[in-house]
Amino acid sequence: MIRLNFKKEMHTPQGREWLDIDFNISKGGFVTLFGESGAGKTTFLRILAGLTQPQEGHIEVDGEIWFDSHKGINLPIQQRKTGFIFQENNLFPHMTVRENLEYACGDQKERNSIDEWIRTMGLKGLEGQKPDKISGGQKQRVALIRALISRPKILLLDEPLSDLDINARLNLQDEIIKVYQKTGITTILVSHDLSEVFKLSKRVFVIDRGKIIKSGTLEEVFLNNNLSGKFKFTGEIIEIQKDGILNILTLSIGNNLTKVVASDEEMSGLTIGSKVIVAAKAFNPIILKA
Amino acid sequence: MQYDLQPLLLTFQLALIVTIILFVIGLPLAYWIAFSRNRFKYVVETLVSMPLVLPPTVIGFYLLIAFSPQHFLGHFLESYFGVRIVFSFTGLVIGSVLFSLPFMVNPIKAGLQNFPYELMEVSYVLGKSSWETLRRVILPNIRPALLTGLVMAFAHTIGEFGVVLMIGGNIPGTTRLASIAIYDEVEALNYDTAGLYALILVLISFFILLVFYYLNRKTVKLF
Repeated sequence: MIRLNFKKEMHTPQGREWLDIDFNISKGGFVTLFGESGAGKTTFLRILAGLTQPQEGHIEVDGEIWFDSHKGINLPIQQRKTGFIFQENNLFPHMTVRENLEYACGDQKERNSIDEWIRTMGLKGLEGQKPDKISGGQKQRVALIRALISRPKILLLDEPLSDLDINARLNLQDEIIKVYQKTGITTILVSHDLSEVFKLSKRVFVIDRGKIIKSGTLEEVFLNNNLSGKFKFTGEIIEIQKDGILNILTLSIGNNLTKVVASDEEMSGLTIGSKVIVAAKAFNPIILKA
Repeated sequence: MQYDLQPLLLTFQLALIVTIILFVIGLPLAYWIAFSRNRFKYVVETLVSMPLVLPPTVIGFYLLIAFSPQHFLGHFLESYFGVRIVFSFTGLVIGSVLFSLPFMVNPIKAGLQNFPYELMEVSYVLGKSSWETLRRVILPNIRPALLTGLVMAFAHTIGEFGVVLMIGGNIPGTTRLASIAIYDEVEALNYDTAGLYALILVLISFFILLVFYYLNRKTVKLF
């Protein structure tokens, strides 16, 4: 069980905000912290890893106190045993893939496991390469192995997929699910990509300006208003075609392209690249097996 | 033409010793300046860079006064340790270390400040101490900056004149460096000998810098 209760002052573009956290995460869970940039997601992960110190509070992981402002406890970063994956710049540029992994190993047993990790993560043949010679997706896989190889207590993922193209992102999402199932490690993902949150996690905390404003299962947080059968998606206009009195919009919603019809009235103020909400009033939609 | 290789040998001996001492004190100092949040670090940073703007004779003058047996520090060292700093090789080393300090500290500091901070944090999260992170992650990645510091400190010590003349004087075999010998020979109208010393210094300095720029060709030039 991870018990979190802390406050930290943040300097955001909107001014000073307090990151005010109070919740628990059960052992072995996979939760997501979802929110806009500047909401405090990264600060939250940094505080957990010990890279940033909160003003006050209490952090307890599996019965071990990592931080307690009243008792003056602040466990050093090195002793917290977290696996942390940053958005970018994870790998040491002067070391090969294998050297990067060896750097994280504490003992011979962990060193012996490198080959198996490399094989299961599809990195065979790249052991001798320096990070600048491999793709962004491969780099993050190496970082994932390196974070897990010494069996940390928590895995902290700070938008690790945000710099990747869509294919690499989907691949790595599968890998993350795979290693989570294999290791059962408590994982906290920070993301502002809704499709990613749906794919990866079961519980979500929505954070806005430093405060948790909603939490629960995905259905509870994102879908509970939609029980009437109304659909609501957000997408982006890719193309606008004029056909008589109608406009045909091509929209990108999630990873799919779809065409919808819009009247001139609806079109006012919209151009290619505009973000739009598409809602349907269908009461009883057709469901087909995908 | 009469000439003596002693001043040249003494010059390189001094430059080597000074460079080693500067590396040992310059690296931790640069690390502290680069990463400390102490508000006095700007004072230290300023003091380190003072030799860049002051005439060498000013530093030489203060050292001469401080270490002279008539004053407290010099008197203390002489009466308790039997050491006399002024007009000795030790005095040259102390003066040169102070005078070349910015040439070692500033490039290393710049290298450390340009080093991506996240990589240090990655190393800490992986359970490594600051010392291990410095040794295995930071130093291998700031090699060009280290090389710049070493070469600049060495080359600058060879080229010194004002500080060493003030504190060391011109004692053959002890404090008579090549730069001082050139001045001395010119004063004695021995232009040939002075020219030979000068030419040797020019050639050696040229090759040191040439090798340095060749080794550093792929990286950003700091000077």
